[in-house]
Amino acid sequence: MPRTRTPVVAGWFAGDGDDFRLLGTRCSSCTSVFFPREDSHCRNPGCPGGDLEEVPLSRHGRIWSYTDSRYRPPSPYVTDPELPWEPYALIAVELESERLVVLGQAVPGVTVADLTVGMEVEIVPGVLHEDTETVWTTWNWRPTGVTA
Amino acid sequence: MAADGGDGMTEEVAVLGAGMHPWGKWGRSFVEYGTAAARAALADAGLGWRDIGSIVGADTVRGGYPGYVAGATFAKALGWQGARVTSVYAACASGAQAVNTARAQILSGLADVVLVVGADAAPKGFFRPVGGDRPDDPDWLRFRVLGATNPAYFGLYARRRMAVHGDTPEDFAQVKVKNSALGALNPYARYRKQVTAEEVAASAVVADPLRLLDICATSDGGAALVLAGMEFARRHGARDPVRIRAVSTVTPRYPNTVLDLPDMATDSAAAVQPAAETFRASIARAAYEEAGIGPEELSFAEVYDLSTALELQWYEDLGLCGEGEAAKLLREGVTALGGRIPVNVSGGLASFGEAVPAQAIAQVCELTWQLRGDAGDRQIAGARVGIAANQGLFGHGSAVIAVR
Ligand SMILES: [Zn+2]
Repeated sequence: MPRTRTPVVAGWFAGDGDDFRLLGTRCSSCTSVFFPREDSHCRNPGCPGGDLEEVPLSRHGRIWSYTDSRYRPPSPYVTDPELPWEPYALIAVELESERLVVLGQAVPGVTVADLTVGMEVEIVPGVLHEDTETVWTTWNWRPTGVTA
Repeated sequence: MAADGGDGMTEEVAVLGAGMHPWGKWGRSFVEYGTAAARAALADAGLGWRDIGSIVGADTVRGGYPGYVAGATFAKALGWQGARVTSVYAACASGAQAVNTARAQILSGLADVVLVVGADAAPKGFFRPVGGDRPDDPDWLRFRVLGATNPAYFGLYARRRMAVHGDTPEDFAQVKVKNSALGALNPYARYRKQVTAEEVAASAVVADPLRLLDICATSDGGAALVLAGMEFARRHGARDPVRIRAVSTVTPRYPNTVLDLPDMATDSAAAVQPAAETFRASIARAAYEEAGIGPEELSFAEVYDLSTALELQWYEDLGLCGEGEAAKLLREGVTALGGRIPVNVSGGLASFGEAVPAQAIAQVCELTWQLRGDAGDRQIAGARVGIAANQGLFGHGSAVIAVR
């Protein structure tokens, strides 16, 4: 039986391949964008509050900063204690039109040695971990032009 | 009107007593560290526990229920005597919130003399979120979705400084070298061995570009203060006590454009122009405004060096130098003992390790001892004005200015 693909957080991203996007919300009154999404009330203190509509965020951005996790993070991050720890890179990306910074894991195989601040990256679908019934999906940042 | 809602300078409160339990990994309850620190602060003040009209505890999230009601927990351990009780939590800024609560009670006439206590018994390894499935909690989500530990955020800030200001890992290591040399002089510090730049460079990378010795550990520890109104202090015979002149407990302003723990994204600046100064810079400015004192009048500073690179960031946020000039200040020895503005003469978190609710109180203990001239081998000659600054996750500013 095929395993189901389930987003690690519901409603934060959607789409396949080139259509994959992070999903935020935008206030209809002041145009503020929120990620993670705000669905109840606009957080701009100068806004009377408008409807919050779902919007896909830009596919591309530039690296604000980056780091990695050389040690196994604690629970609730899910890892297989039987396997040796493989560090992964974390990238904070500045989206130009939304003017916000979003953190995400780099695609597997990209290390901090491959990255520089200011480099262009794009959002791609990724897999956080898998268990017997479920493939838990997430978002990854990938340097533009790298195919994985 | 100031950003904190006040209208300028407030009255001062006196620090009558300061006490600490040594930081370490002792394997005992936070209650024991807190009560030991409280007894030391009371003895230092020349007061008995039954002279105290109010106790304010800084909570810990790691001690079970007693940790969430720390004020009552410490009051019971010291022996119920009927004092008014308050417990506060503001992550790393809990201690400053406790000091501020005590000050507000004193200035409003609710209490003459208040005992402030914070203590923690830290877990091994990384701080982790409390258990259970909590997809509405950003602190849980950042671990679940990204495995983003506290050091990962410190790594992001450090890399950003390297890219924008040209700081180097060698600069970061020099912060550790400075602070470890000072911590070696502090009997309350956990790490009392001087560390060399070579030892920092040889330690394992935890979160690129930061190494193990760039990042503060988690510790057990306890700190306490006895605060009183100036009139009570005079009656008690304290003619020239250390005084707290300002306590800043500001929050960020929307949009907050610096990625802060535990968030996975910043606010968007697309619709609203961000303030000219960052949240951290606003923490210090609010304290300066309230005290009527500028950074050029400081004798010394205690800052929250969760990492070596963050100490440098604080130099700029406190206005000790311009943006991007912190590494130069460090290299020139300006922030070393004997320099123009020594920073973290206590040894800082580099030498203590973090005992969350106790840490901001411990910073004020150091301000007190320095301003009294009681700091022994790490004494700053002629210290008159000190600032302690930190930032608690979830948007808690914290800065205290003390004078003598
Ligand atoms: Zn709005």
